[in-house]
Amino acid sequence: MTLKVQSTQETENLTAIIDNSVIENTVKSSQQLSYRHAFMLVLKRDLTIAMRHKDDIINPLLFFVIVVTLFPLGIGPEAQTLSRIAPGIIWVAALLATLLSLDRLFKSDHLDGSLEQMLLSPHPIFVLVLAKIFAHWLITGLPLILIAPLLAVLLHLDENSYTALLLTLLLGTPVLSLLGAVGVALTVGIKKGGVLLSLLVLPLYIPVLIFATSAIDTAALGLPYSGQLAIIAALFFGSLTLAPFAVGAALKVSTN
Amino acid sequence: MWKWLHPYANPEVSYHFTNKLLPWLTALAAIFLSIGLVWALLFAPADYQQGHSFRIFYIHVPAASLSMGIYVSMAIAAFSSLVWQLKLADASAAAMAPVGAAFTAIALITGAAWGKPMWGTWWIWDARLTSELILLFLYLGVIALHNAFEDKNLAGKAAGILTLVGVINIPIIKYSVEWWNTLHQGSTVSKLGKPSMSLDMLWPFIFCFIGFALLVGVIICLRFRNEILARNSIRPWVRELVQNNTTSNT
Repeated sequence: MTLKVQSTQETENLTAIIDNSVIENTVKSSQQLSYRHAFMLVLKRDLTIAMRHKDDIINPLLFFVIVVTLFPLGIGPEAQTLSRIAPGIIWVAALLATLLSLDRLFKSDHLDGSLEQMLLSPHPIFVLVLAKIFAHWLITGLPLILIAPLLAVLLHLDENSYTALLLTLLLGTPVLSLLGAVGVALTVGIKKGGVLLSLLVLPLYIPVLIFATSAIDTAALGLPYSGQLAIIAALFFGSLTLAPFAVGAALKVSTN
Repeated sequence: MWKWLHPYANPEVSYHFTNKLLPWLTALAAIFLSIGLVWALLFAPADYQQGHSFRIFYIHVPAASLSMGIYVSMAIAAFSSLVWQLKLADASAAAMAPVGAAFTAIALITGAAWGKPMWGTWWIWDARLTSELILLFLYLGVIALHNAFEDKNLAGKAAGILTLVGVINIPIIKYSVEWWNTLHQGSTVSKLGKPSMSLDMLWPFIFCFIGFALLVGVIICLRFRNEILARNSIRPWVRELVQNNTTSNT
């Protein structure tokens, strides 16, 4: 009798222990995957994938360089004209290069199904999407910024404007990635989304283009350009807080 | 208000509602437009500086302000469809987009035609003209996205998200373009010195504006009806409607 009771107690204890451990495990795993952790995981994953397909990083850069070299060929080699239009050329080429690279932000994940898994995960889409966009910027935006001074030399950009060029690119290219992500998320389920994407996204890039080039122009005149920078920063923070929501909603529509 | 509104979430009810609405809207639009246009184009006094070419103003300004108004109402429809999952709101947004694009194009073309005698060129990178052009691009983007999806429900949702992103961006774009223009061009073209309009000019303008607004209402109602029929083509009431129509025609 007592033995029996003991045994039942034991089994109860055992099950309780198992239950506890299960609960502990789940608690642990959810604790481990805090927002920051989930963010870092997605970021690391995307960067690893990108490092294994280096073409995806290099090709938009090459495109950027080639487009910029086309302009002097088309317009003529006069240094004065070139230095006048250099900010516009560099920025427009940066827009186009970003646009080219946007496609890989969600496309391959959508094709192999990992995007849906990501949407099904318990973590807020906001964090995951933000991590993917940040990875995209590291892969495409950062190299653009690094190579831009070289192209500025080719275009005889005014010496005063180099800092302005770098600062506007540093603040502006994340905006391009963020706004572009909305467009990609909307078109990811469509077969011929590439041309459509440019139609959707390019009009939204206009404010960044205007303020960035005007900041560089102002810097060339030796005037303070902090106002333009402040507005680009405002655009950056505005899109940083709002765009991931739109991307999440758009991804839900696209993956249906 | 919800009690009063919610029957119209049913496609059949709103189809019949637009049916009732259409003749009134059409008649009113015809009256206002014919009075307004005849008054504006024939009897209103000519501008003392611009002569008769200013009369295009009576078409240009209503088209321009309606093109922006339609985008805002599209955004409202998109918002209510996203928040309250109203499928008909999607249909109405889909009905509005091409109308808005057409009015934007009208505003641009009449603006160019007005600019030729006034400014001497067809096109000037004036802040208002430029932002109107960008608005046209936004419209075309929404329409293109809508056409790209096969499933109309998905298309409506996707286009709705894009419309909302666009409506947040429109003020930013507008002000940045204004800023850009003043920076780059200084004072090349002074905006048309708006003489505070005399009443002889204001009244025909009001008639024209209301007439064009009603015309937009008519076109949107027609397109909205078609959208409802196309989206509900499997439903029995649509079939009945079609059968009744064909029998009454023959």
